[in-house]
Amino acid sequence: MSSRTKPIPEADEAAPLSVSLTVNGRPRTISVEPRTTLLDALRDTLALSGTKKGCDRGECGACTVHIDGRRVLSCETLAAMQEGRRITTIEGLEEGGRLHPVQAAFVEHDGFQCGFCTSGQIMSGVAMIEEAKAGWPSAATVDVARSRTLADLSNAEIRERMSGNLCRCACYPNIVDAIAEAAAGKR
Amino acid sequence: MHRFSLSRAGDVATAIAAHAHDPALAFIAGGTDLLGLMKDRAALPERLLDINGLPDMARIEALPGGGLRIGALARMSDVAADVEVRRRFPMIAEALLFAASGQLRNMASIGGNILQRTRCPYFRDGDDLPCNKRRPGSGCAARHGLNRNHAIFGWSEACVATHASDVAVAFAALDADVIVRGRHGERLIPFGDFHRLPGDTPQRDTALKRGDLIVAVEVPAQEMGRASHYLKVRDRQSYEFALVSAAAALATDGRRIRSARLALGGVAHKPWRLTAAETALRGVSLDDVEALESAIATSFADARPLADNGFKVELARRVSLRALQIAGARA
Repeated sequence: MSSRTKPIPEADEAAPLSVSLTVNGRPRTISVEPRTTLLDALRDTLALSGTKKGCDRGECGACTVHIDGRRVLSCETLAAMQEGRRITTIEGLEEGGRLHPVQAAFVEHDGFQCGFCTSGQIMSGVAMIEEAKAGWPSAATVDVARSRTLADLSNAEIRERMSGNLCRCACYPNIVDAIAEAAAGKR
Repeated sequence: MHRFSLSRAGDVATAIAAHAHDPALAFIAGGTDLLGLMKDRAALPERLLDINGLPDMARIEALPGGGLRIGALARMSDVAADVEVRRRFPMIAEALLFAASGQLRNMASIGGNILQRTRCPYFRDGDDLPCNKRRPGSGCAARHGLNRNHAIFGWSEACVATHASDVAVAFAALDADVIVRGRHGERLIPFGDFHRLPGDTPQRDTALKRGDLIVAVEVPAQEMGRASHYLKVRDRQSYEFALVSAAAALATDGRRIRSARLALGGVAHKPWRLTAAETALRGVSLDDVEALESAIATSFADARPLADNGFKVELARRVSLRALQIAGARA
């Protein structure tokens, strides 16, 4: 075994592990069972209940958070694998009491009814705008070989890029409007 | 989830040895399929070995001469966004972008993508329904059950499931190789031999053995890269598995096909290469729709639809035709 490999404990293999990570800018060390998802660690261990558990199967997007700035599903992520990572949740978006522009746009455009999917929608939207800024294509992109900018972010592109976030109340038109406005502010 | 242990692999040799000697150990990379399988109790490993820290396995390299080497730990989103992938092989980027969601593509690795297990609901279901993949010898509930989205080619009485990966269809069409490191060193598995047909042992999806670790997928240089397209038809427009998909790549002289590559997804236990059609397409004009249709039809003589999925035969022919036409427009 190399020095970088943690030996597998013999006695109680599923014993809790200590994990140090940064959550919304704060360094945290938590003790979690190997089977604990990042979603459960955020909600139950760190009492950050803004991240929601919808399907718990990677199908609905309600649990979306950022790891090192990228949007991921916290229900399909093991907390114990996030040593040294930078996690951002919905609680970490505002700055000094000011809503993030995507949060403000959701309020402005009435981008929710019941609100259960909203944290995931907003976390997904924030990261998606960054992906578009970085020139990433999507399945709505006609010619993937062409280079792209944020100016290419049409409503069809937003719908495709946000398809991993389901809304039971079907607020989709308002969600698209909110994200389009927030993205336009960034151009 | 059940209880299991978790440790981190520091080097490839140690990871391979651990996997070879411990049948209850599973590698974990993105985890997007494995954790779902564990929650549904369709996989119950006692030990997980996190391979994300293994060196040099997340790189995407544009090889001299026009090929690609995609590290097994490269994430789907990074491969799809890579400028050289998009330029050299548009259909690889398209196949990735038509799969899963933005969040899942950020997590899922290329090695894990081609290893994902079938979406057959009888396999995924936690109830005790017969499934030879889940419990060998228990039977196939889909054979005479709800099989609208199951195979039309290459199935057996033991299993009628399909393989769900999109990018695997593009890799199959492009004659990619899976680079595997195992107990006896490195070897190369041609993509067409990587996934198996179900036969009597549908519990085995691939040619991999205990102790095997996928390190990369290599796509050889070829003149057919640029004029390629991945077309996916599904029950909803986004974030859904294929009913039928087609990966098409062409080399042409003007409007005449010099050489074609064509593979289908959603129709078999593995990406289904239409080799008879590829031969018949040589010399056919892209403007002669009837000739294109006849050439495609040569690969459908052995199609065997199930009770609920007869529509896939016609759909697969049409998807093949349209994928060829769109690839042709890029030639």
